[in-house]
Amino acid sequence: MARNLNMRIWRGNATDGGLENVVVEANEGEVVLDVIHRVQATQMGDLAVRWNCKAGKCGSCSMEINGRPRLACMTQISSFAEEETITVTPLRAFPVIKDLVTDVSFNYRKAMEVPAYAHPTNLAPGEARMEQVDVERSQEFRKCIECFLCQDTCHVIRDHEENKKSFAGPRFFIRIAELDMHPLDTLRNRKQTAQTEHGLGMCNITKCCSEVCPEHIRITDNAIIPMKERVVDVKYDPLAWLGSKIFKREGIV
Amino acid sequence: MSGVFSANRAKISERTLRTDRWWLQPAFIVLVLSSFIVYATFRAFENDNYFSGANSLISPFYSPCLSKACVEGASMVGTPIGILHIFGATVSPSLFILLFPLGFRLTCYYYRKGYYRSFWMSPPACAVAEPHKTYTGETRAPLILQNSHRYFFFAGLVLNVFLTIDAVLAFRRPDSSGQMHWGHVSVGSLVLLANATFLWLYSLSCHTCRHTIGGRLRNFSKHPVRYRAWTYVSILNHKHQNFAWISLFGVAFADFYVRLVSSGSISNFFFF
Repeated sequence: MARNLNMRIWRGNATDGGLENVVVEANEGEVVLDVIHRVQATQMGDLAVRWNCKAGKCGSCSMEINGRPRLACMTQISSFAEEETITVTPLRAFPVIKDLVTDVSFNYRKAMEVPAYAHPTNLAPGEARMEQVDVERSQEFRKCIECFLCQDTCHVIRDHEENKKSFAGPRFFIRIAELDMHPLDTLRNRKQTAQTEHGLGMCNITKCCSEVCPEHIRITDNAIIPMKERVVDVKYDPLAWLGSKIFKREGIV
Repeated sequence: MSGVFSANRAKISERTLRTDRWWLQPAFIVLVLSSFIVYATFRAFENDNYFSGANSLISPFYSPCLSKACVEGASMVGTPIGILHIFGATVSPSLFILLFPLGFRLTCYYYRKGYYRSFWMSPPACAVAEPHKTYTGETRAPLILQNSHRYFFFAGLVLNVFLTIDAVLAFRRPDSSGQMHWGHVSVGSLVLLANATFLWLYSLSCHTCRHTIGGRLRNFSKHPVRYRAWTYVSILNHKHQNFAWISLFGVAFADFYVRLVSSGSISNFFFF
């Protein structure tokens, strides 16, 4: 059944902007992205919004809905009370371009800073074999759709612009964890660089990244904390360090 | 201006636009943890009412009792630590052991989330701007010491063994001549048993335990036994937050119960 929905939509650009009130029709089963499109079609023809698949798989329509980082295409209108006003803003951790569209290029720069998978030189393409249990572990991390909601909600960069230089963010910690846990990856200094170059030590485990992840990746429990423990192995635990020297192994085989 | 109020970000004057009661959880954690800290501090310094020989009950705050200041019969493994005095007062035996469970919980990955959010407001809740001007995380002292969690974890395991033995010993009852007999169950023995169980669950669900058991491996398929153990610990690890709270309440309640019994406020009811 259709109803009128009260919304506040942030309009503006990098220099100025503010919330504008709008009343829009919402139909049963619709999501926030549907009503934003209706606003765009009927009342704000120049409203900028980034979107693509409308199925929660492309990660394009990331925005903040009532202050919480979410995918607009996966947020049901029915999840709000009838009298509730829905406030929609762009991601607040990144520079705004126009209206609901932000410049997320920070994330692509950080992606380039993570060294790619290093294949063993003694294995030709096609010769590599992995057991299913080893594949499954990193499979969870490969569900990432790069919506950057985790990056947006992470207070290390959201609340401290100056940390963007030295902090990669949760999305790239799962990438580093995936590679460090890969049985065939030959680059063995990922633990050290996670701490020294990608800022793993700045994470204080408040788990907001896990809370907002639309793919329900357990970013903190399965990637960040395991990486922190691996960093302790090579950097802060003298007994683990001694063990690695005595037994002539990295400690992770 | 920094953070969400930086020049190039969307101009929004509010620190957060969240409409839910995001402050409730941090407020609750402050209340509960503060209450526990006050109670535990009082009990650690009280140095009394922690052992009931007639009921084979000892408070988890005082076990193992390692000081010569321990009351007779409370010590299980001897008293290697002499009686110390500070400003004329005897140092409580509790202070020699509480450092380890305190350190374990203080450096625990779950509690870190809890107190960083609620006490330090860094951040107070997700997508709620924090009040601090700068942030360096756990990269420098004192927070870099959070990396010592594994040492407190192993110390905690040792204490768990002692508390488990305490629980087992509590299934005894003295006869009229003072001779202890096994096979008796009292409220106190069940309280100590529950406390030990909760502490084991909390320890075994720990992220460091998960790492040590198998998480540090790169190749699960080459270590099938450790991989299997890792899957079991991972199941527990899902509930680490729950075990953290349950064990905290459990240890406080066990101590409170022993205090009531040993001070004579209540008698320890024996089922048989």
